[in-house]
Amino acid sequence: MTSNNSHFVAPIEETPLQATDAVKTDQAPLSLWVDAWRKLRRRPLFIISALLILALIVIALFPGLFTSTPPNEGCELSNSEGAPTAGHPFGFTFQGCDVYSRVIHGTQASLSVGLLSVLCVLVIGVTLGALAGYYGGWIDAVLARLGDIFFALPLVLGALVITQLPLFRENKSVWTVVFVISLLAWPQMARITRGAVIEVRNADFVTAARALGVSKFGALVRHVLPNALAPIIVLATLELGVFIVAEATLSFLGIGLPQSIMSWGNDIAGAQASIRTRPEIMLYPAAALSITVLSFIMLGDAVRDALDPKSRQR
Amino acid sequence: MIRFILRRLLQVIPVFLGTTLLVYYMVFALPGDPIAALFGDRQPPQAVIDTLRSQYHLDQPFWVQYGLFLKNLFTFNLGNDFTGQPIAASLARVFPVTAMLAIEALAIQAIFGVAFGVFAGLRRGGWFDSTVLVASLVVIAIPTFVLGFVFQLVFGVQLGWAKPTVGANANWVTLLLPAVVLGLVSFAYVLRLTRASVSENMNADYVRTATAKGLSRPRVVMAHILRNSLIPVVTYLGANLGGLMGGAIVTEGIFNVPGVGNKLYQAVLRSEGPTIVSIVSVLVLVFVVANLLVDLLYAWLDPRIRYDQ
Amino acid sequence: MTTPDVRIDEANTTGVRPLLEIRDLAITFKTGGGEVQAVRNAHLTIMPGETVAIVGESGSGKSTTALAAIGLLPNNGRVSGGQILLDGEDIAHATEQRMIELRGNTIGMVPQDPMSNLNPVWKIGYQVRETLRANGRPSGPDDIAKVLSQAGLPDAKRRANQYPHEFSGGMRQRALIAIGLSCQPRLLIADEPTSALDVTVQRQILDHLETMTNELGTSVLLITHDLGLAAERADKVVVMYQGRVVEAGPSLELLRNPQHPYTKRLVESAPSLASRRIQVAKEQGVETTDLLAPAAETAKSDAFLQIQDLRKVYKLRQGLGKATDFAAVDGVSFDVRRGTTTAIVGESGSGKSTVAKMVLQLEKPTEGRILFDGVDTSALKPAELFKFRRRVQPIFQDPYGSLDPMYNIFRTIEEPLRVHKIGDQASREKKVRTLLDQVALPQSAMQRYPNELSGGQRQRVAIARALALDPEVIICDEAVSALDVLVQAQVLNLLADLQANLGLTYLFITHDLAVVRQIADHVCVMEKGRLVETGSTDEVFESPQQEYTNALLNAIPGAKLMLPPEVA
Repeated sequence: MTSNNSHFVAPIEETPLQATDAVKTDQAPLSLWVDAWRKLRRRPLFIISALLILALIVIALFPGLFTSTPPNEGCELSNSEGAPTAGHPFGFTFQGCDVYSRVIHGTQASLSVGLLSVLCVLVIGVTLGALAGYYGGWIDAVLARLGDIFFALPLVLGALVITQLPLFRENKSVWTVVFVISLLAWPQMARITRGAVIEVRNADFVTAARALGVSKFGALVRHVLPNALAPIIVLATLELGVFIVAEATLSFLGIGLPQSIMSWGNDIAGAQASIRTRPEIMLYPAAALSITVLSFIMLGDAVRDALDPKSRQR
Repeated sequence: MIRFILRRLLQVIPVFLGTTLLVYYMVFALPGDPIAALFGDRQPPQAVIDTLRSQYHLDQPFWVQYGLFLKNLFTFNLGNDFTGQPIAASLARVFPVTAMLAIEALAIQAIFGVAFGVFAGLRRGGWFDSTVLVASLVVIAIPTFVLGFVFQLVFGVQLGWAKPTVGANANWVTLLLPAVVLGLVSFAYVLRLTRASVSENMNADYVRTATAKGLSRPRVVMAHILRNSLIPVVTYLGANLGGLMGGAIVTEGIFNVPGVGNKLYQAVLRSEGPTIVSIVSVLVLVFVVANLLVDLLYAWLDPRIRYDQ
Repeated sequence: MTTPDVRIDEANTTGVRPLLEIRDLAITFKTGGGEVQAVRNAHLTIMPGETVAIVGESGSGKSTTALAAIGLLPNNGRVSGGQILLDGEDIAHATEQRMIELRGNTIGMVPQDPMSNLNPVWKIGYQVRETLRANGRPSGPDDIAKVLSQAGLPDAKRRANQYPHEFSGGMRQRALIAIGLSCQPRLLIADEPTSALDVTVQRQILDHLETMTNELGTSVLLITHDLGLAAERADKVVVMYQGRVVEAGPSLELLRNPQHPYTKRLVESAPSLASRRIQVAKEQGVETTDLLAPAAETAKSDAFLQIQDLRKVYKLRQGLGKATDFAAVDGVSFDVRRGTTTAIVGESGSGKSTVAKMVLQLEKPTEGRILFDGVDTSALKPAELFKFRRRVQPIFQDPYGSLDPMYNIFRTIEEPLRVHKIGDQASREKKVRTLLDQVALPQSAMQRYPNELSGGQRQRVAIARALALDPEVIICDEAVSALDVLVQAQVLNLLADLQANLGLTYLFITHDLAVVRQIADHVCVMEKGRLVETGSTDEVFESPQQEYTNALLNAIPGAKLMLPPEVA
């Protein structure tokens, strides 16, 4: 017998036959969200950003806990560009206001503009994007062109035009900034949603649901949207940071929040006067702004990794 | 391919018309006297008002007004600004400066973003990759105007490596610092996009097949990993050119660059409606054309697109 | 029974040195949860000019073993023990430089998926040329055309200037075979080279590959999940199970006389072999009813489902404004009787799935009628359609796509009950438990999510969901095609049992004639939207009337094998 014709059989006790296709029961059930949460919990990036965001929210809701100086009060020109003193750790602005107090009170404006804009963009973008992606046809065509039109207007440019309208020039507020940002930023969200919905809408489980008697719209709400949520959540987290920057930029240019509302953008614009003499006056609100944005961007990054379908077991 | 170009052109026209219409409508057709609104508190002499009225054909129906506005836009007959200077002439003066700034910024982010991104992507999880990834997040998080002031202060004032403001003599050298500031945020995006694209393509089946054919590692990387990975990057870069020109307003303001953005900002401060509408329309045109070119570039780079009907 | 060590000694005494010899190979993967051994104690020998097949299910380590031989393990994998001897040289830990020398020239590869293995941005000709050039061979346009035409690609000169997306799947696979053999390697690793292709194309390509490697004297290491295909094409078969070689030997010997329990089970379950066995048995005069799994019920003659002159036309857009008609389904008529299984067989693009969609009322026919229980379904009002859905349920092909990943198993199976407002919370839960029992899944699986289940388990969940409404008809659209052989057999048995117990009527859409032979009572063969042949399974298999049916039958792997009949 040569090697070519030998018939080899492995010792059966070493290669026992296992039950075909047995259900593994050694681990706890794992939903997509539980799985993502477990992955998130282990990431330092997520923990750091989540703690920072938590702190920011507390500061925004209860600024009084962190500073006894009320907003817009105690500004004395004699303190102009004054060095830090007891109770005023960051010194004073050109107008003689307490920098620390202004930074603390500015948190609220930044966070509320960011959150409200993201909410608006989610409502508009997800609704329109989902309808366009799911139903296709003329709805899709019309919405795509409409999105393109707003897409062709970069945010700062578009904001410049809109804020020139008499209506907006007179009444600047948090809401006008939210309106401007949402109006110009929804197409991005609509595009992402549309793409995600198109990817899911032809999945067999959607067809199966339709064959069960679920209505077309019901299948969109119950099966398509929940499965298209991951990229939407990631974009929303990232956009929170982007919108906070947008608000600060607009305020810095003088077309965002009015001077009466404390915001980091306004503070940075005001600190321009002292840039050569006391640059740290600008540094504090700029640092606060950057740390806030960084927290949301890091959160978005961590969430993206956790929800990445490629990293999921099959 | 020709059919593809035609189709894209047909799609671009409504976008351009829609966007300019939106801008024009917001400034000239909303309730209230548009001319009075344009000037806010500072009412100009009656002569200026009359000139503007005829220039914008405000006595005509809206669609005629808009049509004439478009005609003027395409014939570059943009009228005069506040001081009586023709807007077209001053645009012709500032436009090249901004173009130079945007191109320099684009070059910086293309060269460094792609190089860093490829390096990080090829060694995913290594120390270089981790460092660059965190650094890019920080760069993205710092708003351009903060970055501008910091760079101006550190490199311009304290270290004295560059002139803190550009002023009248704008050239490649004086524009370098503002170009770095302008390009830095997108640099981080280019880096991350390149990295993601490279590390995804590294695991592609055709890369394994290319290795199995007996190709050397450098050839596999060049011909198969890089060539395919750079398609999305190149298209992002192209689309970014329009964005950079429109987004230069903050940077130009900080460094006192005599460009389109600065001009626009001055117009905003002085509430010069006609100038704002003209400049924004031109920028939208640039943006739309840049995107069209990118689409064509994309089709040229990726043969699959051309035949996608 | 011999041990590996003895075998090696014997090999040395024969005088001819093996081209490839794998000894005690162990391969380890680094994963999040530590090191996992994917392959243990693997061994095989390939003599010059010989074809050896590794057979196993997904996850058995067959592809990993082959990839190790060409030094292409994924980054997190490494050879952690044993030797890979290529012509006497151990290449298990060879330098990358040495492997680059060997790849292409000495060891070629034909990969599995023709869609993803050609770089979409380079022309086919370029991808051939770089292979020739990297291995120091002439790479002019004529050389490229020669290589391509040898692999059976017509009009090679012009084809070389096209991009992969302009090629069909079969043509791409030919291009990949051309690339793999272009430098006349001594060993060709073919990893499931045809599993993504239609059976008739598969047969052509395998025939061509065999001719080419015979001419060149190339040894082939063929990786496949199909035991019938392996036995037909290879001199020797190596069976792998859970990272180990459990049995190896000459093909026919292994099929006729399997020793290891896993191999035995594989030989029993492989559809191509089962189909072949039925045929051999029939030739020897054994009654078919003894062999077919679901005993075909004596004809209850009422036509439960009647398909009449069904036609579905799609508009294909050709550039701006222009459109041409494409008939995906063209004049199809057949009847399905209550309690029986009717199979629609065809290759991709035959329109078989479109028929299924129309029967399910998910697509509207352009022309023709579908009568269900005597009622024309096209005239159903929404409320009636809702009731119709209770009676006709689908099971789809892709076990990874047919369950909503966001729903746990309980919600998945309960959804139809909830949608149709059947019972209350408690009674629904009871029903779900019963259904899980029926499809042989533990009730503890209720709280689990689809991503925690295997393909076969998901398919059983899909069956439970389809059964929840107590339907009368189940449409199986390639319901077992994506499953491993043993799991496939298990699911087919389950379907047969359910039919016997519940009196279900099946409409079975498949490309796999071997499966049809095991389960169907009637067969409809479709080609390019038309019904080319219909009849009872026996009629169609024994005396096919059409050329096309004959070609399909001949393309079943293992059709050439001589097997002893085995009556179940």
